[in-house]
Amino acid sequence: MTQQWQRICALTDIPTQGARAVQLGDMAPIAIFRTTGDRVFALDNRCPHKGGELSHGLVYGETVACPMHNFKIDLKTGQALAPEQGQTACHSVEVRDGEVWLARS
Amino acid sequence: MQKQRLVLIGNGMAGIRAIEEVLKHDAARYEITVIGDEPWGNYNRIQLSPVLAGEQKLKDIILNDLDWYASNGIRLIKGMAATQIDRAGQYVILASGEAISYDKLIIATGSRPFMLPIPGADLDGVIGFRDIKDTEKMVVAAALYRHAVVIGGGLLGLEAAHGLKLRGMEVTVVHLGEWLLNRQLDQSAGRLLEKAMQQHGLKLKLGISADALLGDNGRVTGVRLTTGEVVEADLVVMAAGIVPNAALGQAAGLNVEQGIVVDDCLQTSDEHIYALGECVSHRGMSYGLVAPLFEMAKVLGNQLGGCGKQRYTGTMTSTKLKVTGIDLFSAGEFFGGEGYDELVLSDPAAGIYKKLVLKDNLLVGACLFGDTSDGAWYYQLLRQGRNIADLRAGLLFGQQDLGDAGTSGASRAGGLPDDAEVCGCNGVTKGVIVKAIKEKGLFTVDDVKKHTRAGASCGSCTGLVEQILMSTVGSSFQAAPKRKAMCACTEHTHEEVRAAIRDQHLITLSDTMRALHWSTPDGCPSCRPALNYYLISTWPGEAKDDPQARLVNERMHANIQKDSTFGVIPRMWGGVTTPDELRKIADVADKYAVKMVKVTGGQRLDLLGVKKEDLPKIWQDLDMPCGMGYAKGLRTAKTCVGKQFCRFGTQDSTGMGIALEKALDRMWAPHKVKLAVSGCPRNCAEAGIKDVGIIAVDSGWEIYIGGNGGIKTEVAEFLIKLKTEDEVMEYTGAFLQLYREEANYLERTVHFMRRVGMDYIKAQVLEDATRRQALWARLQLALADEPDPWQARIGESAAAPFADLPQ
Repeated sequence: MTQQWQRICALTDIPTQGARAVQLGDMAPIAIFRTTGDRVFALDNRCPHKGGELSHGLVYGETVACPMHNFKIDLKTGQALAPEQGQTACHSVEVRDGEVWLARS
Repeated sequence: MQKQRLVLIGNGMAGIRAIEEVLKHDAARYEITVIGDEPWGNYNRIQLSPVLAGEQKLKDIILNDLDWYASNGIRLIKGMAATQIDRAGQYVILASGEAISYDKLIIATGSRPFMLPIPGADLDGVIGFRDIKDTEKMVVAAALYRHAVVIGGGLLGLEAAHGLKLRGMEVTVVHLGEWLLNRQLDQSAGRLLEKAMQQHGLKLKLGISADALLGDNGRVTGVRLTTGEVVEADLVVMAAGIVPNAALGQAAGLNVEQGIVVDDCLQTSDEHIYALGECVSHRGMSYGLVAPLFEMAKVLGNQLGGCGKQRYTGTMTSTKLKVTGIDLFSAGEFFGGEGYDELVLSDPAAGIYKKLVLKDNLLVGACLFGDTSDGAWYYQLLRQGRNIADLRAGLLFGQQDLGDAGTSGASRAGGLPDDAEVCGCNGVTKGVIVKAIKEKGLFTVDDVKKHTRAGASCGSCTGLVEQILMSTVGSSFQAAPKRKAMCACTEHTHEEVRAAIRDQHLITLSDTMRALHWSTPDGCPSCRPALNYYLISTWPGEAKDDPQARLVNERMHANIQKDSTFGVIPRMWGGVTTPDELRKIADVADKYAVKMVKVTGGQRLDLLGVKKEDLPKIWQDLDMPCGMGYAKGLRTAKTCVGKQFCRFGTQDSTGMGIALEKALDRMWAPHKVKLAVSGCPRNCAEAGIKDVGIIAVDSGWEIYIGGNGGIKTEVAEFLIKLKTEDEVMEYTGAFLQLYREEANYLERTVHFMRRVGMDYIKAQVLEDATRRQALWARLQLALADEPDPWQARIGESAAAPFADLPQ
């Protein structure tokens, strides 16, 4: 399957230690996270536990804590941290010249 | 970078727990080798007693199976003793002759039973009770022989005796002490235990020791006592104490006293060598219970994991016997004596005895027999060093209100059926908790919380979870440390962090984390909101509120709902509104298609089902102050009608409530704060369950503090009676500022009061007028520049966090 990269926003549109949500066409809503070290990650904006919007979560290290019940999700893999179980889909995302680009699949 | 080589000698509970802690910190840091002289993986040694008693099977007590070692990349050399440590060459020599090099070495060789140096101690059939091999020997002996003698009436001895009895042997316990468990129980409780053990069919010889073991053809046949009496025995179990296995360390020239001497970082006299568990001497103490070993493992894991910020400072242990049907518990200085007060409840006929030892209004020791349901609670009071003056009258009768979360009245964890709901928030039953404890080898309340979510939400069932843990795992139960770190990111307590922020004038999160050596780059969902609150409450105007350190509600200034829409609650001062205001609210509800308009418990209106992107617009259209119905801060001032209309009213309660709410508006606090003002003692505003409740009487106002209508209903305590409205304002403000400055984050007023004591609060707020006025002045100063959260954000509609990114 070919990936099509799309510019989403400027890196500075996303707060450090924070996230923004984006809706691309008919894809499921995506949350884009920015860490303290300006790394960005993209996950489906939906907690595997009860569907909380991860873009409202608290971002720390490379983890986000869901705003609903504090479920912790690894930003790198979308995997819930043990002992919780569950996974949310990951998307390829990168920063080029201060702009955030996401791979549409 | 090449990995460092970490070698562990001793494949037991302490050592493997330390390895687990290291892996938790940094799984890739070391190439790990574990040397153990037993032929299996790490197992739960404490559960050997139930195995002997036939209540558990060997396979059930394995904590780390061989797959665990493989999947963590650990080389396990099992069934092989380490014979020598070469410190100069930094390698360990095995019985096979192989040398294993290390960069860091952990010695966790445990202890061995103390074998009495009496004639015949080397006969066949004379064993200690230490490992699977010993247990198997006892099981075999029980099948072949009839008479057993256990030397030592301590915990292990009694458990061995009980197990052998259940396996059909005639068992005699020979004990030097005047009563059983003489180190864990006082004489009265010891006597009750004696009776109970005799009822189990054990024969007891107390105050006597063994003189010699007699044998025939190399096998033991009897025990001769110092009285000259001979007790028949085909099996003798020596359970007269343990000796640290320190020989390996001693031969290597390490500093050894009774055990291998370690400092608070668990380091031995060689900087490359650490030791923990039963083989060490720490501050002159050697431990034989599991809780201290796990605490050591945590510190050592932290040390070797590269954080190196924790210290082990010793453990206060508690005792529980794993003999089915016998409940006993003791902790602390339960012997009492001169200078101590003793509270005693004794009902020998029912087999119940409780003794609590107090000193200066602190609980310092507890000894319980027959009914130990409150052991966990007493132990908690002991560790916290909490002033118990207010509990003293009922202390002996226990924490009867335990288990409020859906288990009302059930205070005996052991007696709860498996399907009883323990955690009402997450729907976790006792059966689920017990299963997780057994299957996953859990030892702490935190572990149970993580694996089952019991106690992970409101926390009100924590006491009950602790009890279930205790009754399931017995003395391997690991109580929370007395000194509780704020979270896993730091070893500092809330109090220490607050003090540092104040004393070092820290005004940003990152400075605070740096100054206090946080172990994580940007904290966690538990410490970041707490730090943010401490900063803004300590340095108002200077410290900048960090929205990324706020949880969603406080970041969005609305209450998130299950479908990710929000609830919007404007202020309605003192619960009073006007037709105009109501019309405006109705119009806004129509315009934004609000799904429900709900009267809240705090006398205002909640607009539910508002879309995130509509929030700033709805605030603008409402043009009302933010009700902060989501905040750890001032919520409402609930009022009754008062004397303006009510025929019973003695004062203008509505006016007082409005004045208070306006004066305290926009106040952030450690947790939510609710007020109420009632116009007469009929108390229609329910002031008795508010953080500050004010009840008007003919001659003035009565102030009550620390009430709570939440998870567990708490009735507010009377503080003072005042004459004027200005006084009410000043005293209320001063108390709340004291709470703001000194309570831990997420500590409600009632818990703050319990922790510091009502006397302290009275001293600060009532007795010292200067202090009171200074507190009130500081609160007013802090509130002076605090903007209304909605007004401040109305212009931000196009920006984060209220809108999604454009497509």
